[in-house]
Amino acid sequence: MQKQLPGANQYRRPEASSQPDSLYPPYQATLRRAPCQPLIFLPHTLSEVTGPVYGHSEISTTDSDLTRQHAAEPLGERIIVSGRVVDDTGRPVPYTLVEIWQANAAGRYRHKKDGHPAPLDPNFSGAGRVLTDADGGYRFTTIKPGAYPWENHSNAWRPAHIHFSLFGPAFSTRLVTQMYFPGDPLLPYDPVLHSIPDEKARQRLISKFDFETTQPEWALGFRFDVVLRGCEATPLEK
Amino acid sequence: MGLSTTDLTPTPSQTVGPYFHLGCTDTHAVSCIAGTNAKGERVRLICQVFDGDGTPVDDAMIEIWQADSEGRYSHPADRDTNGTDPHCAGFGRLATDANGFCIFETIKPGRVPADAESLQAPHLNASVFARGVLKRLATRIYFADEPANAECPVLNQVPGERRSTLMARPDIHNPGNWFFAIHLCGKNETVFFDV
Repeated sequence: MQKQLPGANQYRRPEASSQPDSLYPPYQATLRRAPCQPLIFLPHTLSEVTGPVYGHSEISTTDSDLTRQHAAEPLGERIIVSGRVVDDTGRPVPYTLVEIWQANAAGRYRHKKDGHPAPLDPNFSGAGRVLTDADGGYRFTTIKPGAYPWENHSNAWRPAHIHFSLFGPAFSTRLVTQMYFPGDPLLPYDPVLHSIPDEKARQRLISKFDFETTQPEWALGFRFDVVLRGCEATPLEK
Repeated sequence: MGLSTTDLTPTPSQTVGPYFHLGCTDTHAVSCIAGTNAKGERVRLICQVFDGDGTPVDDAMIEIWQADSEGRYSHPADRDTNGTDPHCAGFGRLATDANGFCIFETIKPGRVPADAESLQAPHLNASVFARGVLKRLATRIYFADEPANAECPVLNQVPGERRSTLMARPDIHNPGNWFFAIHLCGKNETVFFDV
């Protein structure tokens, strides 16, 4: 193994069962796309502990309010999705980009490859972005996405979900995930969610209904906190 | 409402799915990693992604992170930020096209320290996301003609017979063009790293 670079942080690696397997046959697309060979362990160098500071320019307020990106409001149940981005010691991850994308209330994406015969909504694009604040907090206003069918197996339906993309401070902290909704009857049947072996880990992707952020006469609140990998700082060289 | 200490296991990854373009590349693609004023040898990096059947993957996203021509990253963790090339942001991301291709404009990075005593060979760090890819796949793009490859401590951890999967190859007919194939699985499978 290499000697550690002075001052270079090593990001902790999550337990295997808390992350999905790459190959999960019930999710058929993994059969031709998951690596067969084991990953090669890479001690962290500057290449892994640095990462892009990306997306800080050109963010406007309507980027985090997906109900105000068009002339009129989209159809559907208005919701507020908020939470904090922290590392695995609970420290906030401030000023990092959070990107989301989702289907509309009818379960249709504004995407040329989505052939689901459900209506597009001219007032909904389904994409948003925001920077976390100094305390790692973020907040989106959007509409609750619909469930939609997919061709993975007979009568396959994805539970309602919002895709999340986060950068964090380093190449090693990059995370793309999906947020689900509590009580969704489709959750037990979803192979994408069940690619994660550990039940407790799966639960971390299910947002919580949140009265605190629910706005009277306006919108239900859902809370979704994200934990990125943390690092062990080594003492600085004098 | 704070996080309880029991919740501090890293959030699980999930696939980007087939519709990531909406949130990531329709309006926020980055093909130019280093501008034309950046120092260093110009590189036009042509990537192509294949699945286990050898079929081009038309719905992958590739992200690149790289150092400038002096081997410095534009990031506070790199202490050697004096004079980091302002024209080399170091980040790119693109969706693959119908034939599995995407093309980045950049420069060849310099050598980055591996540890206190040795340097890595010039390389770009790449992440591959796609439908059917549940966890970001991390790989590295090295340059096939680079003498420093022989002494790169990271490359030397890779079994010899698989190192060639990490090499971008020059196009002899078009100087400055480099081709890098990513095979997600099967024969010729690209080396992916646990980062």
